[in-house]
Amino acid sequence: MIDEPFDVVVVGGGVVGCAVARLLSRRELQIALLEAKADVGAGTSKANTAILHTGFDAVPGSAEARLVARGYELLHAYAPSAGISVEATGAVLVAWDDEQAANLPTIAAKAAANGYTAARLLDATEVRELEPHLGAGVTGGMLVPGEHLIDPWATSLAFAEEAVANGCVVLANRHVTECEVGAELTVLRTGDGEEVRTRFVVNAAGLYGDELHRRFGFDGFTVRPRRGELIVFDKLARPLLGRTILPVPTALTKGVLVAPTVFGNVMLGPTADDIDDRTATGSTRAGIDALLQKGRRILPALLDEEVTAVYAGLRAATEHSDYQLTASAAARYVCLGGIRSTGLTASMALAEEALMLLEQSGLVAPPTPDDRLVGVHRTPLGEAGERPYQRGGRIVCHCERVTGDEIAAACSGALPAHDIDGLRRRTRAVAGRCQGFHCIGEVCALAAATDGRTMAEWLGTP
Amino acid sequence: MAGHAVSGDRVVVVGGGPAGLSAAIELRIRGVRHVTVVEREQQAGGVPRYTAHFGYGWRDLRRLTTGPRYAAALVEHALHHGVELRTGSTVTGFGFPSADATTVELATESGPEELRAAAVVLATGVRERPRSARLVPGDRPAGVYTTGSLQQLVVLHHQRVGTRAVVVGAEHVSFSAVLTLAHAGCSVAAMVTPLPQHQTYRALALATAGRRRVPVRTEVDVAEIVGHRRVEAVVLTDGTRIDCDTVVFTGGWVPEYELARRAGLAMTPGAKGPMVDAALHTGQRGLFAIGNLVHPAETADVCALDGRDVARSVLDWLTLHQWPDAIEPIEVEAPVAWATYHSRGITLRVDEFVHGRLRLTHGGEVQWISTPQTWVPNRSITIRSGEMRTTSRPFADHRLRLDVLR
Repeated sequence: MIDEPFDVVVVGGGVVGCAVARLLSRRELQIALLEAKADVGAGTSKANTAILHTGFDAVPGSAEARLVARGYELLHAYAPSAGISVEATGAVLVAWDDEQAANLPTIAAKAAANGYTAARLLDATEVRELEPHLGAGVTGGMLVPGEHLIDPWATSLAFAEEAVANGCVVLANRHVTECEVGAELTVLRTGDGEEVRTRFVVNAAGLYGDELHRRFGFDGFTVRPRRGELIVFDKLARPLLGRTILPVPTALTKGVLVAPTVFGNVMLGPTADDIDDRTATGSTRAGIDALLQKGRRILPALLDEEVTAVYAGLRAATEHSDYQLTASAAARYVCLGGIRSTGLTASMALAEEALMLLEQSGLVAPPTPDDRLVGVHRTPLGEAGERPYQRGGRIVCHCERVTGDEIAAACSGALPAHDIDGLRRRTRAVAGRCQGFHCIGEVCALAAATDGRTMAEWLGTP
Repeated sequence: MAGHAVSGDRVVVVGGGPAGLSAAIELRIRGVRHVTVVEREQQAGGVPRYTAHFGYGWRDLRRLTTGPRYAAALVEHALHHGVELRTGSTVTGFGFPSADATTVELATESGPEELRAAAVVLATGVRERPRSARLVPGDRPAGVYTTGSLQQLVVLHHQRVGTRAVVVGAEHVSFSAVLTLAHAGCSVAAMVTPLPQHQTYRALALATAGRRRVPVRTEVDVAEIVGHRRVEAVVLTDGTRIDCDTVVFTGGWVPEYELARRAGLAMTPGAKGPMVDAALHTGQRGLFAIGNLVHPAETADVCALDGRDVARSVLDWLTLHQWPDAIEPIEVEAPVAWATYHSRGITLRVDEFVHGRLRLTHGGEVQWISTPQTWVPNRSITIRSGEMRTTSRPFADHRLRLDVLR
């Protein structure tokens, strides 16, 4: 039983929920973060295209456009001190036929309407000079120098770790199944019958945001998961491109892109399939084949390289194109719904938005004095910066060159990893081309020795 | 960089598996003063360290032993012969400051270090293609292994892995996985291969899978892995569902080519390892390549013979400073998947069962031709250099070419 009535409970430990928890933890408030899974950032947020967007192609005037632009500035400023790897590669939008090329000036105008003025139109020759490995048939392009790569896993973790360091309680493995809004307190009941009492609630439940919204008696949006499958190629593919290669967007999605990752790999994806099952995070034959076909056209030599990982994520798409941000003073409730892949970039701005809506709904949130605030300083995992092994240490995961100290650190502390997947997001261990062929035994033994659980528990052996 | 130790003239061997250790031992026997083996694991010995069954040492040590004993014997010989073993150190790259010297960049427990080498032997080995690289759809539940990861957990860490497994592949190593699973108390529901029959020796198949009544499902592949947190089943391409909590992907060998590629070496198409000539020179002066990095994958003893034989080429280089102008690929025609030199001739693979006469030609002239027989995919096929009409001297105008006369 948790008998503490909290001032605010944030439901959902994805990147948005973690950002909200972080910001609220910097106020004189009792905060809890409720997460249905065992770890933060383990749902939609872990299967992201990992791009820090300028928001150049958002719908002008939308909440998304405003918050992506603001979030870009905030996260860009926050990342270096928190140890979130960011790489300034830029992006090039590539047109593959005359119709797409003809559409580029409109996109440039849209970027300008969004306040992004650094975009520059390119002819086919200029595009090819920038990206000589592109396939045949380029008709033109647009350079977006401000698009960055970011470590999406470290972002959620840094927010959550900072929140915890400043007093936020993380309650994992708790899926909210019932809500009871009383005169003073709201009672949230979780799957195992536990109750969490709080004055205010922030709904950052992502894929399940509409269900929670209805439990509070509201309506207005329904989540229809949009599955995005991604293929990550070997690091030896990295020299094939200098920057993110974006397609000319369509009404449905930004389309399939080819992007470097901060870890030095190359990512191809995502697909965009509207599905009904909110747990269908598996990749599909059709999705993989479609990506390979598109990849072959965009960057033919990419297909000669080995694949390191294939995965699928579900974006919390709704019937609306924009974010669904609402508040109710009567229910002491704020909803951050319908946040799709831009949520990573917008996360810190969405946190500001949530705080503003909470205050408008009656929350008094005096700032904690600076001298009592604790910052978080993670070891950056990006390939462009210095890695711990370069200063010495015993390398345990060889493909990604992860040291034993890094693995031990990730298995202890305030938000430790509980399984190999969590360890992978915290350290890159087992995330490389061999997927554990060389190192799974050592990595797992070290993890078990650090937290005292068995290797079987770490491996999920029945 | 500050703080680097710079060492004198020596031969550096990258990788302390059977090939690398054997090369180092032979170099010492032939009088090279400084031979350093750099091994990134804490223990040298390579993959045989965790393959706890017989089948090792026949061609090199002239006795049959188990993987761990074989690995230990090689390490012992290396130390006995005065090889410097640098375990727990990773080679991160090379520099080529002059035509006759190579610098080897290391990441060690105490920090970066640089070794100067008169010759470098690459013996970085091989891995199995994991599930992701095979593009098998489905979620990413726990319980998916390669033979390598399975054997590490079972042999080195005494783990159980599951209760009922599907083994993907039916080549030599797949049957090794069956043995390991049995040892770990995990039954095998089926072995699965897209080919029309298994690709190992009949006796080996009978002694492993046959004895345990493991069905070998042929002409099907894994279409999907079912399960969210833990594997629940696999679905095959013919629609069959096999309930299991463990899947082991076997074979599908890929050389550990990162260092070779970053050094700019040309790769053998299909094999994906660095191209070498018959003396195991690569395209970069001073850099040799041996073992399963070059031919994915031969048995450990074949790799060890590579190691022994490269020593002579290294000594020639150290004394004569001559390097071939070009390293030529051996051209192949389907169903030959790839062909490369190893120390005792040419090794190749076919990618389907094919009956016919295997033929090696040069400019239309037949260098070697086999009797008609059935060639088995995923199994080593070797043409010994003594059997060829011409050995592998550089040919003026044409490349060697391999095909099958059906």
